[in-house]
Amino acid sequence: MKTTRLAWAAIAAAALIFSGCSSTDKRDAGDGAEVVEGGSGAQTSGIGGGGAWSGSPLDNPDSLLATRKIYFDFDRSEIRSEFVSILRAHADYLTANRSATVTVEGHCDERGSREYNIGLGERRAAAIQRFLEAEGVDPSQISTISYGEERPQNPGHNESAWALNRRGVLVY
Amino acid sequence: MYLRKILILLVFLTGTARADLLIEITKGLEGALPIAVVPFGYFGDAGQPSTNVGDIISSDLGRSGRFKPLPVGDMLSRPTRNSQVDFRDWRAVNVENLVIGEVEQNGPGGFLVKFRLYDVFRGEQITGFSIPTTTRDLRSTAHQIADIVYETLTGEPGAFNTRIAYITSFRKKAGKEKDGTDIYKETVHLRVADADGYNPQTIVTSEDPLMSPAWSPDGRRIAYVSFEKNKPSIWVQEVFTGRREKLTSFKGINGAPAWSPDGQFLALTLSKDGNPDIFVMDLRRRTLRALTRHWAIDTEPAWSPDGKQIVFTSDRGGSPQIYRVSVNGGDVERLTFEGKYNARASYAPDGRYLTMVTRINGDYRIGTLDTRNGELRILSDGDLDESPSFAPNGSMIIYASRANGKGVLAAVSTDGRVKQRLALQAGDVREPAWSPYHQKERK
Repeated sequence: MKTTRLAWAAIAAAALIFSGCSSTDKRDAGDGAEVVEGGSGAQTSGIGGGGAWSGSPLDNPDSLLATRKIYFDFDRSEIRSEFVSILRAHADYLTANRSATVTVEGHCDERGSREYNIGLGERRAAAIQRFLEAEGVDPSQISTISYGEERPQNPGHNESAWALNRRGVLVY
Repeated sequence: MYLRKILILLVFLTGTARADLLIEITKGLEGALPIAVVPFGYFGDAGQPSTNVGDIISSDLGRSGRFKPLPVGDMLSRPTRNSQVDFRDWRAVNVENLVIGEVEQNGPGGFLVKFRLYDVFRGEQITGFSIPTTTRDLRSTAHQIADIVYETLTGEPGAFNTRIAYITSFRKKAGKEKDGTDIYKETVHLRVADADGYNPQTIVTSEDPLMSPAWSPDGRRIAYVSFEKNKPSIWVQEVFTGRREKLTSFKGINGAPAWSPDGQFLALTLSKDGNPDIFVMDLRRRTLRALTRHWAIDTEPAWSPDGKQIVFTSDRGGSPQIYRVSVNGGDVERLTFEGKYNARASYAPDGRYLTMVTRINGDYRIGTLDTRNGELRILSDGDLDESPSFAPNGSMIIYASRANGKGVLAAVSTDGRVKQRLALQAGDVREPAWSPYHQKERK
């Protein structure tokens, strides 16, 4: 039983990978977030990817580039050390692909006033932007937007939901 | 390629008096004035209007917390005209004031609403009016009568014939991202309803965030923030026609619009120069002037009633606090010192008190600050209360709260003694903004 389930999981994973190869991979348009276009401006250079990977490195599920979200502490905008390697991988990708662009979204949890949170979300997006620029990414490759608390990743009202909502998202 | 739907709905439905917000008094006022509003009589050969004028007046007065209306079932008689009033029937049930009236057909679709207010113990009429109205405006006329009764008996103007603007959001799951997290699809509405929750009308619908509705002082326009096309812009929309205009769409934040009391200027937050600062726009010339220049987050401007000063939220001192600056710029003065989080302040009509969000023991609550002596009073008891907005007569503060995991609106009297909850039947509701005194729609 267990082995069958594992086999199915492997097939499902493969299907996910191949669907990831299609030219455009849209997040639900109604979600209103930036449309994620997996293939847009991407070169097949394999940076950060596994050896066998031959698609865009952005689509490689084993790459650090597959992680597009980093999280922040309450009312803070400093990059936590555990996310440095992820941002560095994105910086490497962007410096190797000068035609690639990224939108950095800043988000907050629901606590506090909404417009102040717009300001805080912008500060988080700016912290990521500064990090990428310090790593050599050209400023013209990065744009930022703050959604404040308006677009929670988890609509719950507890600490675990809030921790997921205090985030920066890289949208290619 | 973006399938983005921004529907600007011009729905001003007539005859639909459905309540979107159910108002429930959660804490009443001891010593409220006993009053009786007798069901109004009807005279006419057309069918009786569905709007129950007496009931609306009675509910308005009860909701204010200042009055305790007598239940209709406890009335010993039900006069509708002067000759039928026997004051002994009202003294017997300890009612101090009595309101009676009639609705009379007045041509097609028209009515004449007559009412009288009596002092029961002195046995005399205090005031009385005859107001011509229409089927569509009948609810509004009832609120107007409640305003007259309120002002006559308390000496302060009533604010029943006003509106509220608010944001309603419906969120549903719409698949999963690659990393397994749920994707939510949200539909957001900017709505305007009567202050008692009736006649809700959607004036903007979007699948991207809508924020920060702000009434113009003449009550005809609402400024708001919309994230349509994936960037925040400030729009100004005419409430009655639905016509709208994009006011600002700079790089970065375009947020927190606030009208000057004379309607000539708009204070707003822009981060076009690198971080959020307060700007003032001259609405006729469309010129911008920076009011603050600071590396901190400066946002949420609000004008003093005399139009001379602006309060705003800033974390320049390390945590969000309320500051004040002259509209001509100059020195910035910090107003709040209690607690680590004070934000989104706005002035009471008297210019003395501010209402704002304050954090206390980890809970976000609505408070008032006396700008004369710095005294802070906590008025609400939720854990995530926000967006307080004064009624135009300063008697109540409406704010966003949370009940059973849903966004609801709540209101509290400025003295903290009366509380009520305005529960939306579906969806989350937030960011209420109380309109100025009622302005008639230009026909």
